[in-house]
Amino acid sequence: MRAAGEIGATKALARSHAEASPFNFRAAVARHSLPYALIAPALLVILGVLGWPLVMLLWLSLQHYGLRELFQHQGTFVGLKNFSTILADPQFAYTLRTTIIFTVVNVGLSMLFATLIALLLERVSRFVRVLLGAGLVFVWATPVIPAVNLWQWMFDYEFGVMNWLLTRIGAGNYLHHNWFENPLQGFSVITVIVVWGAIPFLAISLHAGLTQVPRELVEAAQIDGARAWQVFRHVTVPTLRPLLLVLFSLSTIWDFGVFNQVWVLLNQRPAQDYYLMAVFSFQESFRVSQYGLGSAVAVVMIAILVVATFLYVRQTVRSINEGGA
Amino acid sequence: MRRGIARTGYDAIGVLVFAVMMFPIYWMVSTALKPGTEILSLTPYWVPNPITFDNFKTAIAVPFFWNDVVNSLVVVLTVVAISIVLAFLAAVAVARFGFRGRSAFIVMVIAVQMVPLNALVIPIYLLLDSVGQVDSLLGVIAYYMAVVLPFMIWTLRGFVHNIPVDLEEAAMVDGASRVGAFMRIVFPLVAPGLVATAIFGFIQAWNEYIIAYVLLSSSSKQTLTIWLASFTTQHGTDWGGLMAGATLTALPVVVFFLLVQRHVAGGLTAGAVKG
Repeated sequence: MRAAGEIGATKALARSHAEASPFNFRAAVARHSLPYALIAPALLVILGVLGWPLVMLLWLSLQHYGLRELFQHQGTFVGLKNFSTILADPQFAYTLRTTIIFTVVNVGLSMLFATLIALLLERVSRFVRVLLGAGLVFVWATPVIPAVNLWQWMFDYEFGVMNWLLTRIGAGNYLHHNWFENPLQGFSVITVIVVWGAIPFLAISLHAGLTQVPRELVEAAQIDGARAWQVFRHVTVPTLRPLLLVLFSLSTIWDFGVFNQVWVLLNQRPAQDYYLMAVFSFQESFRVSQYGLGSAVAVVMIAILVVATFLYVRQTVRSINEGGA
Repeated sequence: MRRGIARTGYDAIGVLVFAVMMFPIYWMVSTALKPGTEILSLTPYWVPNPITFDNFKTAIAVPFFWNDVVNSLVVVLTVVAISIVLAFLAAVAVARFGFRGRSAFIVMVIAVQMVPLNALVIPIYLLLDSVGQVDSLLGVIAYYMAVVLPFMIWTLRGFVHNIPVDLEEAAMVDGASRVGAFMRIVFPLVAPGLVATAIFGFIQAWNEYIIAYVLLSSSSKQTLTIWLASFTTQHGTDWGGLMAGATLTALPVVVFFLLVQRHVAGGLTAGAVKG
């Protein structure tokens, strides 16, 4: 199928070149400008609504932009002062460190559980596979805000089912336990929400990837005496490397930018212990009205993400150039 | 024999994982169906008995519910209707033509999806503020379009790419014009993909939170995801109402998602799965 498409595309190209003869000059011009006409509207919207704010964000991060500037619609250029301010701010250091740890833990746990579930899906009977697959799709479909609300209810200090359950199974006395007094415990709850929400997409993608691992390779390894772990380590993982790379980058990007879970879970008033980068940037701008400082935080956030994004974009572009769909 | 035992063991773990993953959703729906005394109970009631729809009635009676349903629908439908057309045109260009700047365009489409939205909310707020479009659905619509467009272009590109050019050429040999061949051959084949992509765009826009939260400050202009906060007051949270509201907000998304998941799930990892 893909090969056919490739040949077709080459033919189409060849044809458009053939038609670019002087006898049919106007048609040739039309043909050559057609793709540009087709992408123009979408390009305009993307550049206007995403590109322009992105440039403005960079510009804002170099300005002093407080309440007075908000009314005048005009900031004051201060160079890199915002960056030196936030770098000297202990809250920024705390937030950056927390966000990095949070991202590593969440990406790690999401990928670990997703891989285990994907491997499990290969080993269960047809009925359980359909059942579990349907369950995963259900969780995946649940929108994030209702999902945060339902976890908020499950971890409610008074009537939450989790406190009852943990007490019941003998994990200690959790009756009337407030999970959000201690940020470590609070972040554990946020991690549960993020990982629970991330597992379905990752597990289903990995399971789809696993079905692409050539049977013969696995069997050959088994004949050579490889154990299950060795097959996984030396056959499965190398085959899935491109997919794993994409899933790792996407998870990193998503988890590094977590905002909704913290914001909604803590009733839109997160304590400073709960600041992740996105929350910090938001608070600096919209609570303290220091839009310049908030933009500087956002710029640092994007700069860090560019690294993770780079690997993902390179992988995707590479596979298009190889002709994949 | 041993293999059979292992299979049963894996099946048991599979069912357990299913139960753990699904429990929160079950708990949301069952709480929504419980009478107040069963919700505020130190020992949980596992099954609502009797089943009551009072929480749903409360939720619908919360001020601005219908108003916000309409807002959500207006925003989302406008966004989807316009962006599906723009995305389709761009997808055809990328899938069917080789042109200078094609790679750059593709890189932009992928990279732009990676910019965290909450980083851009500051300049967007200030931009719309300076033209007096804060607290207007128009600003939200413009922004959501840019959010769903890259994903739509990317997914549709895959659908168009999978239709062999030979089909079009055959039609042209038989005397159809280029546009005619495209409309009669390619369009019907891409139609299911268009529907799936449109629904996925619907879901993305319906679920969005932070832009609507920052831009839409008056209650009469909010969308449903923002409306959900109205169950929490200084006096505490109405959990039954909140769970009913959450169920109502999630329901259209879940239904739609189940319909199209199979078709568009590959979009994000399209480049990575070989096949």
